[in-house]
Amino acid sequence: MRWNIVREIIKKEISQYYYSPIAYIVLAFYLIVSGVFFWTVFFLQNQAELRSYFNMLPWIFTFIVPAVTMRVFAEEKSNGTFETLVTLPITMEEIVIGKFLAVCLFLLSMLFFIFPYAISVDLVGSLDWGPVFTGFVGAFFLATSYAAVGLYCSSLTKNQIVAFIISLFICLAFFLVDKFFNFLPESLLQVVAFFSSDKHFKSISKGVLDLRDLGFFLALIFIFLRLTYENLKNQLTKEN
Amino acid sequence: MIQVDNLVKYYKDFKAVDNISFNIDKSEIVGLLGPNGAGKTTTIRTLCGYLAPTSGEIKINGSSIQENLLMAKKSIGYLPESAPLYGDMLVYDYLLLIANLRQVKNKQERIEEMLELCGLKKVVAKNISELSKGYKQRVGLAHALIGDPEILILDEPTSGLDPNQIIEIRELIKKIGKTKTIVLSSHILSEVEVTCDRIIIINSGKIVADAKTDELKSMTSGAKVVVVEFKNDLKEQVEGFVQKLKGNPAVSDVEEEREQTVKLKITYKDKEDIRGEIFDLLKNTELQIINFYQEDETLESVFRMLTSNALANDEASQENAAKEDDVEEDDAKKGDAKEDDSKEENKQTSGERLEGEAKEKQEEGESK
Repeated sequence: MRWNIVREIIKKEISQYYYSPIAYIVLAFYLIVSGVFFWTVFFLQNQAELRSYFNMLPWIFTFIVPAVTMRVFAEEKSNGTFETLVTLPITMEEIVIGKFLAVCLFLLSMLFFIFPYAISVDLVGSLDWGPVFTGFVGAFFLATSYAAVGLYCSSLTKNQIVAFIISLFICLAFFLVDKFFNFLPESLLQVVAFFSSDKHFKSISKGVLDLRDLGFFLALIFIFLRLTYENLKNQLTKEN
Repeated sequence: MIQVDNLVKYYKDFKAVDNISFNIDKSEIVGLLGPNGAGKTTTIRTLCGYLAPTSGEIKINGSSIQENLLMAKKSIGYLPESAPLYGDMLVYDYLLLIANLRQVKNKQERIEEMLELCGLKKVVAKNISELSKGYKQRVGLAHALIGDPEILILDEPTSGLDPNQIIEIRELIKKIGKTKTIVLSSHILSEVEVTCDRIIIINSGKIVADAKTDELKSMTSGAKVVVVEFKNDLKEQVEGFVQKLKGNPAVSDVEEEREQTVKLKITYKDKEDIRGEIFDLLKNTELQIINFYQEDETLESVFRMLTSNALANDEASQENAAKEDDVEEDDAKKGDAKEDDSKEENKQTSGERLEGEAKEKQEEGESK
């Protein structure tokens, strides 16, 4: 892996995000939805904390991250530019990692909009900054693991809408898995709940930095990036 | 430079490339020619490492592309069919990106050079999506050239361009071809004819011809055509002339066309040049000759002969195969013998195959 190449791919991806209207639409959507949901309950609760903001993030990310990632491979494939990219003297690892890190940077820039909320809450009450930072870390891991899922789905198809729907489905499954199976006996529910992205996110954002939670997200990222890589490699040997 | 051994590529059950082998030397310009769906693009995509072959081996500069993909990709500049580029980028930004990804030294100078060479100076600050097809193609060429690769692979570089643009791109390819090895695919015969030193004709996944352009042209059916045109229509003298011509054993056909002038198309056997005799015959008449020329042999006829021939052969062999299936149980030994024969045929080099086919054609021509 040559990091200067990865850096070039990141630069290219980021610039393409901001050339296209999708980035602005996604950002606007995120700001409006998070703003509406947060401020409508904030004054009712009358507490200087961001918990309600973080609670709805898993929901928002389930829709927003697939929208960010759907174009990553699908667009290149349908335009044929994937062929130009792959035949340059760069490796598939560099392409996958570069594109993933670019999405991560975009999502990170999106997450920084938490801080205006935190600052304004701090102005009207005394905010405990600890949960804000751990919530930020948790949200970052949640978003990037969804990004890995989205990247994989985008590598499956030429159609961005199809990529969006498949990744929405998988992200939703990870979010809802423990809520869906609550009729199961307690011992089984424990096992199923381990796969819940929501549970791990909440655990991190409470300020408990447990290795299992971090491990879960890192494993998710690793597995889906690996799948993306293998899938793209396979497509070139078999070709649909 | 490029060595392809027994390349086979399947798409699921469809055999797109069927056991192709060829060698390309340094600074050759080779044209891959074939009808649509013959396997040109597939061959090219495997050459530049986009598709992995089902079996067989490709060597670039002596090292296998499968084992050393990155090295191979470094020495290849590739322009895919219809030049897919990032439409939302500016021409300059795009070239800068490619220069960075190819780790070009002296990026600025190199980009300037490319803009000059490919005539892109006017559009350097434009969005690629706003460019015309011809300019896009030029950006694609600049993309392929910017890393200064030893090998240039171009898939249909002039498709969709207007005649002026075609000539410009063609000149450009010739200019570049002086120092680089170029493989280009096309289904436009005239283009390949003027740009390429060597032509490989592919049909339904197989190589049906592999020869120098001039050699290939001389492999026509063995007949040539001389056209004589008279201004005045002196019927008796024309008829007398035609009679005398038909008396010549070398002449196989005389075709008359009468409009304002009289045009005679005289077909004769390749080996004996009868133009002198025609002239002698005409000396004694009062016919006013306004045109007297031999028609150029075109690749078109060779192409048609080889590709339609191969199709016919294919069908025939399929029929044979079906028949063999029927008799297989009764007569297994015979089937084996036939298979051996066909294997031997495969061993023949493409040149030999071509000669064989040309001969067959010649014989057919004679019998007609």
